[in-house]
Amino acid sequence: MLEIRDVSKSYGTRRVLTDVSFDVAPGRMTGFVGGNGAGKTTTMRIVLGVLEPDAGTVTLDGAPLGPGGRRRFGYMPEERGLYPKMKLAEQLVYLARLHGLTPAAAKRSTDELLARLSLTERANDAIEKLSLGNQQRAQIAAALVHEPDVLMLDEPFSGLDPMAVDVVAEVLAERAHRGIPVLFSSHQLDIVERLCDDLVIIADGTIRAAGPREALREQHATLRYQLQTDGDAGWVRDQPGIAVIETDGGYALFDAETPEAAQRVLEAAVARGGVSDFARQHPTLSQIFKEVVR
Amino acid sequence: MTTAHDTVARPYSTGRSVWLVAQREIMVRLRSVAFLVSTGLMLVLLLGSITISALVSVNAADPKVAVVAGATIPGNVALDAQAVETREEAEALLRAGDVDAAILPSDAPLGFTVLGDDSVPTRVVQALSVLPEVELLDASGAAGFIGYIVAIGFGLIFFLSAMTFGSTIAQSVVEEKQTRIVEILLATIPTRVLLAGKIVGTTILALGQVALLLAISIVALSVTGQSELLLGLGMPFVWFAIFFVFGFILLASLFAATGAMVSRLEDIGSTTTPVTMLVMIPYFAVVFFNDNPVVVTVMSYVPFSAPIGMPLRLFTGDAQWWEPLLSLGVLVATCLAVIVLGARIYENSLLRLGQRVKLAEALKG
Repeated sequence: MLEIRDVSKSYGTRRVLTDVSFDVAPGRMTGFVGGNGAGKTTTMRIVLGVLEPDAGTVTLDGAPLGPGGRRRFGYMPEERGLYPKMKLAEQLVYLARLHGLTPAAAKRSTDELLARLSLTERANDAIEKLSLGNQQRAQIAAALVHEPDVLMLDEPFSGLDPMAVDVVAEVLAERAHRGIPVLFSSHQLDIVERLCDDLVIIADGTIRAAGPREALREQHATLRYQLQTDGDAGWVRDQPGIAVIETDGGYALFDAETPEAAQRVLEAAVARGGVSDFARQHPTLSQIFKEVVR
Repeated sequence: MTTAHDTVARPYSTGRSVWLVAQREIMVRLRSVAFLVSTGLMLVLLLGSITISALVSVNAADPKVAVVAGATIPGNVALDAQAVETREEAEALLRAGDVDAAILPSDAPLGFTVLGDDSVPTRVVQALSVLPEVELLDASGAAGFIGYIVAIGFGLIFFLSAMTFGSTIAQSVVEEKQTRIVEILLATIPTRVLLAGKIVGTTILALGQVALLLAISIVALSVTGQSELLLGLGMPFVWFAIFFVFGFILLASLFAATGAMVSRLEDIGSTTTPVTMLVMIPYFAVVFFNDNPVVVTVMSYVPFSAPIGMPLRLFTGDAQWWEPLLSLGVLVATCLAVIVLGARIYENSLLRLGQRVKLAEALKG
């Protein structure tokens, strides 16, 4: 478990992070969501030890992180970059060795990863000679080549075409399933919604919401329900404590003042005949985001 | 948490990380065409000048003189004499440039007069002069011309290495910033390890290049029979090597630190120029003031010029035995202070992209 506790950071008089605390659990993909300038990159840099926080701690499995521990992190910074003139495979081996792998292990891991990302044929090309898409994959490879114990990826999907998004998402999910904590930031909320198990929402340098995705959706669910009955659902309009948004034949979408009011609608519907669907609507991630950021 | 990697990852070692970074610096440079070409060019220049100096010393022909009938010159002088009948004939040859001087009969004590064209024919006069025997009590002090050559030599080696490799290290720092890989590197190893690796790698390259050039010149000088030039270089040379290492590290740290303050290769000159000055001033000082004992003594203690000044004073035999030790102490202390300062600038500037970082900000953090 990677634990970030009460981290604060200012640049001069500008406060960029205020008491930021959240966890990244092993074996789970944690999505880190926030607008531009919300503090995602600063938080990641602090976790990686690239920046010093003014206050707060970052611990992995209860132990504070030093240079030795952080070397077991895999990091993909938002500002992409590799040595442009260095050959792809050579560069990956170099990075793996900087992270502490033996030469043989670095070579083996590089070969496996290149094969996994369909880059084997490009192994001896200089980075600057690769296509943009392949450069993106190379960047992912650079974050993974040392078999990290923790993955931190800043906007890993930005600039990827849909196919590459799938490949990268798959590779990240694989890593998470092996039991390591994976934190990735993104402003593409649909991708985050699809991939993440846990969510952390940051705005103006403070954490607005954090927890398992489903729990958050539960928590932010409004009392909006949908109902599908066999007969016409127009009667719902006359129920006490109910504001209907839409009806269409047997379908009704409505807001209830209390859960009990909704319950009474269900009972009434059952009394009138068959109910094929009755569900409380869960908000999408972008709805939750807008709500907590407001 | 997975433990599969535990068998492949080794515990963190600063030394190993520094060496990895250094290795990469060396490898990249050895593969760079520009580096190979410039080293090759230096080799060609060096071999060329040694060959030319060998040819000149062999082929320096005796000066030509026209001896007018009636004048006699001693028979064993190194002159290419040609007999003519009249003074007019001799003057014509002299004006035409066919001879360097004419010898006229005269009543002077020597029995002849030397006639030159528009300047005193020094070589002819020297050939005809009788020099007294000279002995020196302390022969090591008579450096003279050879001292000048040695001064320029030490100066030039240090100057060239510091300039080429200094700008190399500054560029390599900016390149990492410009390509943004620096953030991955900083997330992997401590900033100081990255800086140390760069300095170690570049120093090894610089020393390697100098050693190669020297080894080749020693061989070339021996082959062309000029090995006497090497005599007396022994101890000063060892000192030069020691001073070179620390002097070079001092400058390399400054180049790395000032390079880190900009984000684009195009801007590199704006912060590294003061450091370039620190390299150039000692070189020009030694070219113009190498026979001025006060300047050379001062130079031998100022850390930036000590690698040139102190070996020169040792060569001319003008330094006491303890002086190089004291000067080295000053140099090493400065070097350590500059490394700490340089590392601070480097650390504080690396992640600031865009605008050039101001020195005050870089120092404050």
